[in-house]
Amino acid sequence: MPQISQFAESWYAASQIFWVLLTFGFVFLVIGRGMLPKVEATVDARDRKVADDLAAAKAAHSAADQIEESYRQQSDASRAAAQKAVTEAKDKAARDAEKRLAKVESELAEKQSAAEADIAAARTSAMAEIESVATEAASDLVAKLSGVKVAAADAKAAVKAVLHG
Amino acid sequence: MHQFEVQKMFDMFHVGNHEVAFTTSAMWMVIAGLLLWVFMIGGMKRQLVPGRWQVAVEGFTGFISGMMNANIGPEGRKYTPYVFSLFMFILMLNVIGLMPFGLFGVHPFTVTSHFAITGFLAILSFSIVLIVGFWRHGLHFFSLFVPHGTPWWLLWLIPAIELVSFMVRPFSLALRLFVAMTAGHVLMKVFASFIIDGIAAGPAVGLGVGIPSMALMVGISGLELLVAGIQAYVFALLTSLYLNDAINLH
Repeated sequence: MPQISQFAESWYAASQIFWVLLTFGFVFLVIGRGMLPKVEATVDARDRKVADDLAAAKAAHSAADQIEESYRQQSDASRAAAQKAVTEAKDKAARDAEKRLAKVESELAEKQSAAEADIAAARTSAMAEIESVATEAASDLVAKLSGVKVAAADAKAAVKAVLHG
Repeated sequence: MHQFEVQKMFDMFHVGNHEVAFTTSAMWMVIAGLLLWVFMIGGMKRQLVPGRWQVAVEGFTGFISGMMNANIGPEGRKYTPYVFSLFMFILMLNVIGLMPFGLFGVHPFTVTSHFAITGFLAILSFSIVLIVGFWRHGLHFFSLFVPHGTPWWLLWLIPAIELVSFMVRPFSLALRLFVAMTAGHVLMKVFASFIIDGIAAGPAVGLGVGIPSMALMVGISGLELLVAGIQAYVFALLTSLYLNDAINLH
């Protein structure tokens, strides 16, 4: 086995130790101490960046949620306000219509009563005229038929008795 | 066994009466270090949205730092560079040793199949554990040998057992990797030699032995790639667990 028998040669151990010391020293100092920390720093920086970005995304997400919530509240409020305005307008319109209707109705009622009064007056005057006409006609008829002059008051009383039964 | 032999490429200098040379083992370690460096450069683009290469590099670093975090806690971050270097270096050496460079006439060699290398890395890890332990806890570090809930009448035995198991750690760490790598390559070598010997014994034997051996070789090659990753992981994992003992004292 050369690994053991070569120890007998004077150069073997010294060369092996010298070169492993040199090469491993190079690997340790240049790669282990020089390059590894930079690679690790890169990895750490990336991990940190990923964590930061995730936190920022989470914050943005909750901010968006908040904005949406406030938007919803605002839109709810404005919808309620709009509904209230519509109801008020409707109520007002209904009230106005009622008022106008009442006014018109009262005017109509006034007109009607005035008209009724006119009618009643007309009727009484017509009645009176009919009485006087009938009285005249009756007295004329009586005069023509019998030649008797009837007093106007008598004729009027007789006509009244006939007219009013 | 020839594949495990370290060959001298050229001499360099002497330390005492020991000669330090550039060897095939050294060459593969340099290549592994450079490949790792190139691999890591791909992860240095530092983009927020990473490309494929950056994801691959970050996958490795995240794997090790996650393991350190799980085993030691936030204090483990300080030791991540060491464990990461250890894991990547061993993984790269293991995988390079399995690559079929022989097809291109290059002599492939698994650096981690040498006890000198794994032993060095194990002793390094163990020394760091000792230094960190005594640095942080002083002599209180010895309380590691008295686990919680030890009955008083066992106080003469448990610390001795704990001490032995503690002192065995560097050996088990080094031997595990060295044995796993060596055994895997020996196994593949054995099956490969079955094919060669079978063909030499005639066409009938060649087909009868060669085809099942080849099928097994394919499976074992996949298994060895898995072992290459697992052994690197085990080395790093055990180092992190031992560091946890030193930092948190159980």
